Amino acid sequence: MSKTTDVTVPHPEGDLEHFQDPGIPEHRHRMADTDPKADKRAERQVVVLFTISVIGTIVALWAYFAIRPDGTTAGVRTSTMVLGLAIFFALAGIGVGAIHWAKTLMSDHEVVEDRHATRSPDDVREIAVQKLADGIKDSGIGRRGVLKGVVVSALALFPLTIAVPLISSVGGDWNVGTFRTTLWKKGTRLTYDPTGRPIKASDVTIGSAVHVIPEVTDEYRQSGEWISEKAKALVLMVRLDPRDFKPFAKGKENWTYDGIIAFSKICTHVGCPVALYEQQTHHLLCPCHQSTFDVADGAKVVFGPAKRPLPQLPITVDSEGYLVAQDGFDEPIGPSYWERLR
Amino acid sequence: MKALAARRHHRFAPVVLLLLALLVTGGVYAVLAPGQARADSASTQDIETGKKLFQANCATCHGLDAQGTDNAPSLIGVGAAAVDFQVSTGRMPMAMDGPQAQTKPRQMTEEQTSQLAAYIASLGAGPAIPTDEQVDGSKGNPANGAEIFRTNCAMCHNATGQGGALSEGKYAPSLERTSARNIYQAMLTGPQSMPVFNDANITPDEKRDVIAYLEAQREGSAGGATLGSLGPVSEGVWAWVVGLGLLIGAAVWIGAKSS
Amino acid sequence: MTTTTTRPSATEPTTPIGRSSDYLDNRTGIGHAVKEFARKVFPDHWSFLLGEIALYSFVVLLITGTFLTMFFVPSMSLSTYHGAPKTMDGLLMSDAFASTLRMSFEVRGGLLMRQIHHWAALVFMASIVTHMMRVFFTGAFRRPREFNWLIGFTLLLTGLLAGFTGYSLPDDVLSGNGLAIANGVVKSIPVIGSYMSYFIFGGDFPGEQIIPRLFTLHILLIPAIILALVALHLMFVVVHKHTQYPGGGRKDGNVVGFPLFPVYTAKAGGFFFVVFAVLSLMGATMAINTVWNYGPYDPSPISAGAQPDWYMLFLEGSLRLMPGQAEFVSWGDFTWSLNVLVPAVLPVLLLIGFALYPFIEAKVTHDDREHHVLDRPRNRPTRTGIGMAFLAFFVILAFAGSNDLIAIHFHLSINEITWFFRVFVFVGPWFAFWITKRICLGLQRKDRELVLHGHETGRIVRFASGEYIEVHRPLDEQERWVRVNYTAHQPLELPAPNGPKGTKDKAYKSAKRWAKLSRFFYEDRIEPVTPAELAASHSHGEHDALPGGEDHALVAPDHSVDATEQSH
Repeated sequence: MSKTTDVTVPHPEGDLEHFQDPGIPEHRHRMADTDPKADKRAERQVVVLFTISVIGTIVALWAYFAIRPDGTTAGVRTSTMVLGLAIFFALAGIGVGAIHWAKTLMSDHEVVEDRHATRSPDDVREIAVQKLADGIKDSGIGRRGVLKGVVVSALALFPLTIAVPLISSVGGDWNVGTFRTTLWKKGTRLTYDPTGRPIKASDVTIGSAVHVIPEVTDEYRQSGEWISEKAKALVLMVRLDPRDFKPFAKGKENWTYDGIIAFSKICTHVGCPVALYEQQTHHLLCPCHQSTFDVADGAKVVFGPAKRPLPQLPITVDSEGYLVAQDGFDEPIGPSYWERLR
Repeated sequence: MKALAARRHHRFAPVVLLLLALLVTGGVYAVLAPGQARADSASTQDIETGKKLFQANCATCHGLDAQGTDNAPSLIGVGAAAVDFQVSTGRMPMAMDGPQAQTKPRQMTEEQTSQLAAYIASLGAGPAIPTDEQVDGSKGNPANGAEIFRTNCAMCHNATGQGGALSEGKYAPSLERTSARNIYQAMLTGPQSMPVFNDANITPDEKRDVIAYLEAQREGSAGGATLGSLGPVSEGVWAWVVGLGLLIGAAVWIGAKSS
Repeated sequence: MTTTTTRPSATEPTTPIGRSSDYLDNRTGIGHAVKEFARKVFPDHWSFLLGEIALYSFVVLLITGTFLTMFFVPSMSLSTYHGAPKTMDGLLMSDAFASTLRMSFEVRGGLLMRQIHHWAALVFMASIVTHMMRVFFTGAFRRPREFNWLIGFTLLLTGLLAGFTGYSLPDDVLSGNGLAIANGVVKSIPVIGSYMSYFIFGGDFPGEQIIPRLFTLHILLIPAIILALVALHLMFVVVHKHTQYPGGGRKDGNVVGFPLFPVYTAKAGGFFFVVFAVLSLMGATMAINTVWNYGPYDPSPISAGAQPDWYMLFLEGSLRLMPGQAEFVSWGDFTWSLNVLVPAVLPVLLLIGFALYPFIEAKVTHDDREHHVLDRPRNRPTRTGIGMAFLAFFVILAFAGSNDLIAIHFHLSINEITWFFRVFVFVGPWFAFWITKRICLGLQRKDRELVLHGHETGRIVRFASGEYIEVHRPLDEQERWVRVNYTAHQPLELPAPNGPKGTKDKAYKSAKRWAKLSRFFYEDRIEPVTPAELAASHSHGEHDALPGGEDHALVAPDHSVDATEQSH
């Protein structure tokens, strides 16, 4: 690369084309430099500031022992606030004191230091290169081609001994097929989230929005596994006047029960719960990214970043009048992924 | 005392006295009235008066017999709770068209509201106005309420009930100052965009728990100023304005030459 | 008095300080370091302290973070919680969430430490961004500091990671939904998306491992990387010595300022306490990340106003703006989730482009000199414009990520706001570039005018001839020097093609492209006043009130500033 540049370095000495650098501005005295009273006053201020810090520390220690949060909102707030404010004064006293000291009492004459080019000087470079060359010569690596190849291969390969077990293990069983399965199957009862009470069809009034989970045992609902299963099985069920439905898609004509319709609550965009139901417009809105789905029209997307409608859960009632699933979802729920349709 | 005695015969004295009397009566009424007005005593006369009020104030939109029009829904079967909610929060009668009815100073007195409610309730069975017992948050379990609220309400009203945006300019209002009775009624009747949460979905006890949770929120935050309880966005704004603002201010002070 | 002895053979130290220094130096040789660094010069300017805010908030993060690790339990095992606050009593939750509640409500000072930690994280990121802006707009990234710019940029990214892994730890509903979104974004990656999701969560989302994994990253791996990079960053500051603003006596060959000991030690050391104090004040009085309101993580709930911390808002915003139509299914039934992938990747690519800016600018400027005197932003109109455009892009995205809050607080329709931002995210940065560049050029013109004609004094004088003029006071040397001491770079000249027309000449084509880019950078420029011009202006008469001063102030030889309108 060429060393020539079109950059003109300003000439400090000045000529017709360039002004002269006037040099460092004249030093201006501060009040404390000339007036002994101001000097004394500044010193007193610094002393007061550091004293505030000492008092702050004492108050902080007192607050820690004296104010015990009692678990109430007001109690915890008082404890946090008093302790925090005391710490604030303890720290601010030191900080402001030190800076004030530096600004008013320490010398404010500017100092000039020379810089040197960042690159090492030529003779240093020469020595460095020579040393490296000597080392290479000593090792004989240049002459021993096979050795070089083997060393490089060994060094490149050995990280695999750590990386492969690590990566392989953190992925669990890698059974990504679980994305397709949920707890819903034929005959699973719909229950209220989070209480788990089964839902009677007659209890769902028009205009209702019901957050639904599949029926499982109470013990299962206390297990960690449940959280992951719930994350896939969440359903939002609403009831509207059957006359408000647009014609159902082919094969889904009997997926509703008397105006009650149920959709997966997991957004097809990136998987937030699409929990926000507007009763009058029959729109479901995702509070995360505002994808809007029309419940009356098969949960088709009417606005926002989602593309696909929410998967529908086919429902009916059992002999006791409770709502049950006719079957599981007929497609993977939640956000899209590469092999979703395969 | 002497001065007061001297002014007793001032010519404005009767006016001042009258004003004082009015104030006291008003105050006493304000304290006592809600309890009285809500007492269930839907006499035929109340229904009649309610009908007249309806025809004067509501019939233009809801139809002469509350059967609904193109502009407004039928009110048959919505129940007294819906009327009390809509009218006592000032949402109805509606002032102007907009994405949704707004709260405003109430247009009808407690008495008129209950008469109107009695009339609507007489048209078809619907949810009744909850009793004081049902909406007494101090009897509820705020932890259970918090769980119910998170699952059913927080997506619109925000985690602490500060409100949130819906589509097309509609919004879920803040619940900070909503009365316990109105909170209960809203769940029960599902006004406007809000879905209905009937007693099978959220039981009366659970509704009271929700009220208990929302009332616990009114104690403020254990951490200090709530910053509107809007979450990370308002926290970010405060971090920039207060945090970085103060620190840059300090930096400027450090960099400035002392006088 | 002898305070330090560097050689054992020196006179025996007599004072206690002298004796302990002698003891220390005999074992560490610290005398060399003290000799080298004690009076090292640092230039004084408030904007040089922005990086210090970042450094000190990081120290505060380490201190408060250590406190928090003593009480935090990084486990997703579920149990029923009993204790304060009453809105959480009796609920089923993970140990991570329960321990967060305990440290907030039972450990004295625990909530304070949590809040200071979180505020410090927000201020840490904010100060990194402002520090980067200062470095960018003043050209401090030029040779020899390109690597340090890249290190700083990497620190920005690791800071983002530290923040994200940190606020996800309490296992609350808000951050849990953030993880759900992260999972959705990861799944959108073609071919390996679902496997990446399994890699992160150790199974189906959310599984039972993500919190312990994030904990290890958050308290071990990421802070270690940040610490190492900070050390490198500061080492380079020492090696290069600090840049300085232009002014009398400030040259590329020197550094003017105050010595490290005692002035800078007191100022910088004091500033650490000020930073810590301000963060304590915030932690004491302002609630942050009130997880007990969000509740323990459960996949079902979601709260209105579900947003990440501010530094991730740009990603949230771009996810919100992208229309869904971009998702499609290709042959073989493979799903391309471009509606997620594009908005997640595009801003990151832009950020990386921003990181490479120093190299691009050096190339179009043909500049490989060392620079230690900073630019005034107005003297590099195109660079300043580009910086503002970048900033505008990310700020607009952050606003788009808050569109629901804007909707409710300004009574607007969220759909309309989204549409507005869909357009504005492209128009806004362009407009920011254009207006910034015009302002810079205008300021440069004003500088020229000031240098040539001096300050207006407001004093009107009448001449014997009856002519009225306003007296102008010429600039003093220092004022003038700041305004004339810069280089107005010219566009690269196009080299002659090597072969006859029509032959393929890759080198020539590339040179042509660079020349074109260089023109974009430098065709509009305003040259500094030369002494000759100043003399000429004075010969017009000291009192000349310069009608039409604009015109002869422009002396760019080949392209005048007025050519801008045609060139765009």
